[in-house]
Amino acid sequence: MVEWTDFERATIADIFSKMKYEVVGPAALSRCLVVYPWTQRYFGNFGNLYNAAAIMGNPMVAKHGTTILHGLDRAVKNMDNIKSEYAELSVLHSEKLHVDPDNFRLLSDCLTIVVAGSLGKEFNGDVQAAFQKFLAVVVNSLGRQYH
Amino acid sequence: MSLSGRDKTIVKSFWDKIGSRSADIGAEALGRMLRVFPQTKTYFAHWSDLGPDSPQVRKHGSVIMAAVGEAIGKIDDLTGALSSLSELHAFKLRVDPANFRILAHNLIVVIASYFPADFTPEAHVSFDKFLMRLAFALSERYR
Repeated sequence: MVEWTDFERATIADIFSKMKYEVVGPAALSRCLVVYPWTQRYFGNFGNLYNAAAIMGNPMVAKHGTTILHGLDRAVKNMDNIKSEYAELSVLHSEKLHVDPDNFRLLSDCLTIVVAGSLGKEFNGDVQAAFQKFLAVVVNSLGRQYH
Repeated sequence: MSLSGRDKTIVKSFWDKIGSRSADIGAEALGRMLRVFPQTKTYFAHWSDLGPDSPQVRKHGSVIMAAVGEAIGKIDDLTGALSSLSELHAFKLRVDPANFRILAHNLIVVIASYFPADFTPEAHVSFDKFLMRLAFALSERYR
């Protein structure tokens, strides 16, 4: 089981309580699709992903980015059981969506970078460590049911 | 994933924008790397202080960024530009090249926090590609 310090729990709760989901979610997903263009393979039916401007302005990308970010809420609410929280989603991503789990890491890196941009100095080394640890546990849980 | 003309232009102009803050950025990135990815501390066991305000960390962060700046000046031949640094990292320091990626990530996190508006996804992809090419050139002499 993952051990969380009080600081880590408080930091994660704080970040997500102030999170602007409709801004950060779209920004993180669209950044991922621009910076790691091979991730576009999973979004063939999202319409125009032809260039960065198209991706950033694409309403389907924006909607899905918000959805994904809200998907983290269940981990925020149940930090002691993230592995079981995501078991079903892991099966979905493996067996139905066929997503290479390395992409979860790429997206979590982009999310970290977007949050760093929005929190600025507040996103210090200790906060970054807590946030990346949280995302690493989520990423690991999402990859767990692959076989 | 080689660098296009556009990538090189973007990297150079962003470097100009960074200007004199490069030493601070390097210091902070190194400090964050040691904090967030503690396995990287194994390479610095000879330093007395590995905290973010450590003078050793600050000094070394600016040394690293100076080398990055030099590499940007020779962006058309990164392999040549980094040849002796590659030998140093390969034979003397023996740093696992996976760590270059980790430092690159932290450099990008710091740049994003210093330049939230300017570090657009387009700037990000060019910079990420450059840092990957830099890491590759740095690992050229390993085997």
